[in-house]
Amino acid sequence: MAQKVLVPCSSSSSCGNVQFSPSRVHTQAIAFGGGLSQSSSRKNKSLALKAVAAKGETSAPVTAKSGHEILLFDALREGLEEEMARDPTVCVMGEDVGHYGGSYKVTKGLAEKFGDLRVLDTPICENSFTGMGIGAAMTGLRTVVEGMNMGFLLLAYNQISNNAGMLHYTSGGQFKIPVVIRGPGGVGKQLGAEHSQRLESYFQSVPGLQMVACSTPYNAKGLMKAAIRSDNPVILYEHVLLYNLKERIPDEEYVLCLEEAELVRPGKDITILTYSRMRHFVLQAAKTLVERGYDPEIIDIRSLKPFDLFTIGNSIKKTHKVLIVEECMRTGGIGASLRAAIVDNFWDFLDGRPECLSSQDVPTPYAATLEDATVVQPAQIIVKVEQMLQGLI
Amino acid sequence: MAASSLASRAVASLSPSISTGASRDDAGSSSVVGFHKRSSAFTGRRVRISSGHGSSAAHGRRSCVVAATAAPVKESPLKIADALVTREEGLELYEDMILGRCFEDMCAQMYYRSKMFGFVHLYNGQEAVSTGFIKSLKKDDYICSTYRDHVHALSKGVPARQVMSELFGKATGCCRGQGGSMHMFSKEHRLLGGFAFIGEGIPVATGAAFNTKYSREVLKDLSVDAVTLAFFGDGTCNNGQFFECLNMAALWKLPIVYVVENNLWAIGMDHFRATSVPEIWKKGEAFGMPGVHVDGMDVLKVREVAKEAIARARRGDGPTLVECETYRYRGHSLADPDELRKPEQKNKYAVRDPIAAFKKYLLENGLASEADLKTIEKKIDEIVEDAVEFADASPLPPRSQLLENVFADPRGFGIGPDGKYRCEDPAFTAGTAEV
Repeated sequence: MAQKVLVPCSSSSSCGNVQFSPSRVHTQAIAFGGGLSQSSSRKNKSLALKAVAAKGETSAPVTAKSGHEILLFDALREGLEEEMARDPTVCVMGEDVGHYGGSYKVTKGLAEKFGDLRVLDTPICENSFTGMGIGAAMTGLRTVVEGMNMGFLLLAYNQISNNAGMLHYTSGGQFKIPVVIRGPGGVGKQLGAEHSQRLESYFQSVPGLQMVACSTPYNAKGLMKAAIRSDNPVILYEHVLLYNLKERIPDEEYVLCLEEAELVRPGKDITILTYSRMRHFVLQAAKTLVERGYDPEIIDIRSLKPFDLFTIGNSIKKTHKVLIVEECMRTGGIGASLRAAIVDNFWDFLDGRPECLSSQDVPTPYAATLEDATVVQPAQIIVKVEQMLQGLI
Repeated sequence: MAASSLASRAVASLSPSISTGASRDDAGSSSVVGFHKRSSAFTGRRVRISSGHGSSAAHGRRSCVVAATAAPVKESPLKIADALVTREEGLELYEDMILGRCFEDMCAQMYYRSKMFGFVHLYNGQEAVSTGFIKSLKKDDYICSTYRDHVHALSKGVPARQVMSELFGKATGCCRGQGGSMHMFSKEHRLLGGFAFIGEGIPVATGAAFNTKYSREVLKDLSVDAVTLAFFGDGTCNNGQFFECLNMAALWKLPIVYVVENNLWAIGMDHFRATSVPEIWKKGEAFGMPGVHVDGMDVLKVREVAKEAIARARRGDGPTLVECETYRYRGHSLADPDELRKPEQKNKYAVRDPIAAFKKYLLENGLASEADLKTIEKKIDEIVEDAVEFADASPLPPRSQLLENVFADPRGFGIGPDGKYRCEDPAFTAGTAEV
């Protein structure tokens, strides 16, 4: 079995010194996936490909016995704690991150361990404390700014756009802004419109920012560490409903690559691009699809900005069909940009237009039935994929 | 001698009443009178203007006080000798103010000759604040400014050539031509910007001050004692970020001084039309820090207040809010027709020109001769002329520079379809930034 080891792209050094080697694993994985699928067909269920990647195929290279089980919020915390222990300039600031341990427990215990100044409880003033984190980063610290809910960071838009995004440029490269801005977003369980926002579409146009979205404990920890080590301002999108996801992750230290996508399930029929919570809906839909004989290739894009066009492109070149499944709004969302990038770069490899399933352009309603109708559901994914693979659209 | 030194620290024994009625009708006439109080926070002493000196009458100078609302933080009676400048100091201050004035005048010329573009905001009239504060700093201290930042940059030590080049949009500018008038930065001289939106620089300055505290208390590096100055105007003092940062700075006793350059106007908005409580210095107390008012047209008074506020920050006692009463002789920007300000107000402040006043002070106190000052003026003329020539002769940034500084780590541009990072192609910086 091709052993998948994600090689970190030495994320702590500057462009001039680093070896540029995006992991070549994906080609191996794709080749592996392709090899299997040659012998499968829609009718041959005995060689049915697994809907969810088996242990050996996932991005978490652990055997059943090694590593440790962990919940996603704790994986984030582990990553943060490791980075804080490793580099004394790493500090956290945000509301209730200190004594309260974080409203989603991502910073639990850190204030006791590292002190009140390194895990700073701020007053409720997002724009100002985000700006303070930026000023501290400009002058030598590496700040992690937590928005208690991603939506609150709308108040910090001035600082995120003008200062985090721009100051490296307007200063002619003199100041770097190694800040990580993170927090839970996404549609939860009847949290109401303002607590259910997806800011990835709002920030994606800001030049100078990188954006990543975590979706599993494994990639959460790896991306947290990578984001902290990056000299760029990085927005790390977490999801309110994924914090209690459990997974076995390696005991050894690992850092993921900020710019890479994650091949979740190799396949040959269709490329499904997704991120964050929708990854899990896609996987759920994939179980049914596989039973029905389809062979979807599922990629968690992880890097919302920039897109990993290598992984995405290789997949499209193989399957010739693309479906994007996302949670942000249809208008001006990540899917909208991704479709444009796909059309621009891989037009010749497409059999049909790139499709996109996004949330409805509505403020998320409180009522459960309406809320469910706001976001994409697994049933819709199944319908869409079948339509695409049956040539109906 | 004694009289003149006292004059530089004059405290008016004027009525502290505020005549808001008068101030609304006739902005600038007697509106500022209301700011004055009797007590002095820093010195704990009252000093009266010596009538024999006559300076206040002659210049129509409102003798302004070092005023505060909070209890005196520390009694540190200044000796008379401390209040004087030495000749060297005096010449340094004079030169810096002349540089600021001359540079800004040249900017106006260059703008109207289409050498610089966009929004250019000149500092004429406010030189005493920049000089008085920034010349009291150490090299490692930080400053953070707004769009009216040319003179702050110069006072902090950014070479005139680099500032002028930046204004001309040349590659040799301090920000490679990428920032422009409103975004002056210097890592070497610890200038943290240059911001176009008012208020957005204040948190950045607060963050730099936080860094000092962090360096000392977490990293245990006691050699770090950098103080940060945040400069901003009266309009900014109605903005949320101002209040939010005053709160945080006082809460954590950050080594920062918030310097308000109250020139009474925010473009065309009269301070009194925009502000329910126009005494900005009073707002310090609401957040637990001393609020001080000073005559921003008098470089020695500014300097005195600056020294105390900076020392207070440096020894760990926390932030100070200093309101400098000042005035800009030109419009808000070179595009501002400046039709709303009345000639009476402008004249009132024209006779309080900080450079003329300080020149008189130096001459009258035998600290410099006319020839000394002329030499300085000539030297500055040459520096500014040289800056223009340098900027003129400098190249424009090439197309290849476009994407170079978008990311500190250019891997942020991502991996292209061919599997390589886009930045591995050296020509990519002249390309497009599509992701």
